[in-house]
Amino acid sequence: MLENYLPILIFLGIAALVGLVLMGLGFLFGRGEKDAEKLSAYECGFEPFEDTRMKFDVRYYLVAILFIIFDLEIAFLFPWAVSLDLVGGFGLVAMGIFLAVLVVGFIYEWKKGALEWD
Amino acid sequence: MGSLIPQFALDLWNGLPVELQTVVTHVFKIVIVLLPLILAVAFSTYFERKIIGYMQRRIGPNRVGPLGLGQPFADVIKLLIKEVVIPTRSNRFLFLIAPLLSLIPAFATWAVIPLNDTFVIADINAGLLYVLALTSLGVYGVILAGWATNSKYAFLGAMRSAAQIVAYEIAMGFALVGVLMAGGSLNLGDIVRAQEGGITSWFWLPLLPLFVVYFISGVAETNRAPFDVAEGESEIVAGFHVEYSGVAFALFFLAEYANMLLISALTSIFFLGGWASPFEGLTFLGDGSFLREPSLMWLCLKIAFFMFVFFWLRATFPRYRYDQIMRLGWKVFIPVTLVWIAVEALMAWLQVGPWAA
Repeated sequence: MLENYLPILIFLGIAALVGLVLMGLGFLFGRGEKDAEKLSAYECGFEPFEDTRMKFDVRYYLVAILFIIFDLEIAFLFPWAVSLDLVGGFGLVAMGIFLAVLVVGFIYEWKKGALEWD
Repeated sequence: MGSLIPQFALDLWNGLPVELQTVVTHVFKIVIVLLPLILAVAFSTYFERKIIGYMQRRIGPNRVGPLGLGQPFADVIKLLIKEVVIPTRSNRFLFLIAPLLSLIPAFATWAVIPLNDTFVIADINAGLLYVLALTSLGVYGVILAGWATNSKYAFLGAMRSAAQIVAYEIAMGFALVGVLMAGGSLNLGDIVRAQEGGITSWFWLPLLPLFVVYFISGVAETNRAPFDVAEGESEIVAGFHVEYSGVAFALFFLAEYANMLLISALTSIFFLGGWASPFEGLTFLGDGSFLREPSLMWLCLKIAFFMFVFFWLRATFPRYRYDQIMRLGWKVFIPVTLVWIAVEALMAWLQVGPWAA
């Protein structure tokens, strides 16, 4: 059972190795003279006026929260979907109720304008 | 077999401990998947430029080697000898780890992709969960890159890309639930086997809306045109990788194309019967004709087709506006998938389509 996952571990290691080797080669061959202007952040020739890590639109935060809810929903749907032929009519009805609750929430946030973006 | 390998090598191999033998076998298998994958990435860039070139009545790259086929290698060498600039105000460690974080999941997901009926590197039962988990990890590379760079363009690109990927991941997840309901297994090989019986019993037909939603979400997930607001050149220069140069940029590029190939492969496996032949039922082709046999060739052809669609979309459509992208993801794709899951439940209840007993 668990030995099936060994190749995945090795694959992760090899993928990391490929990345690190390429990165190392880049630092080996790609030398150049650095100066302050080259190393400054790219902002169309200006000095940056303020720190980049500024206040940001709250809607991105809202999207992240909605994502968590829906992703959890998907995680709950997975085992049900795999065992569709085992759960029978009871399983269908139970999942119907579960989905209905979430759909009501989805309609609510839609009507509240949480999905508007302008 | 025995005559091909010299005796001393066989002795050496048999002298190794069993654990080491399995590890070496796994490494060998991984290398024969990874090398063609990296080559496929290299030539995808060539074909992308060539295809878009012809669509715009240009010739595309034709200088390096015959037909310009040496172009990918010239690009690689150029990127390798370019200087890697690390901006002063950035977080050095995060800046350098970000490309690796997008590259590793893009490669490692291939461990569970079945290439034909027998060959898969890791035949795990939770294959689809693993795919979902690793494709979700890709967003960390983008976010970290944008944050660590400490430049406004990069930051904006990362925020846009994160919100977009997250929105389309839900539609993708729901589409996968639909595939699971039809396939009845989390193992990718079993999902393909559940589609046996010719082109009409592949899942694209009973799951047509999910097929469309899945592939378009895949295009949005990989930040490709027309959903490429994360790097929209005309708005925020190059988005999250604006400060990356040389090899660090090449790693992002590699990850993006490996992800495109991955989405193409997954779409073929979930909806187009994976390694199955589309001409299975055509008896006039004769018995045992290679056109009717399931093989790796068919999977590769399907992947190539979806890669072509990626390039085609890029050459055809103008970039979406950001609010349009969010509307498409939240207000079109999620309702469509939810409705189709209900339809599928009904189909399963009435035992029609793939659920016919």
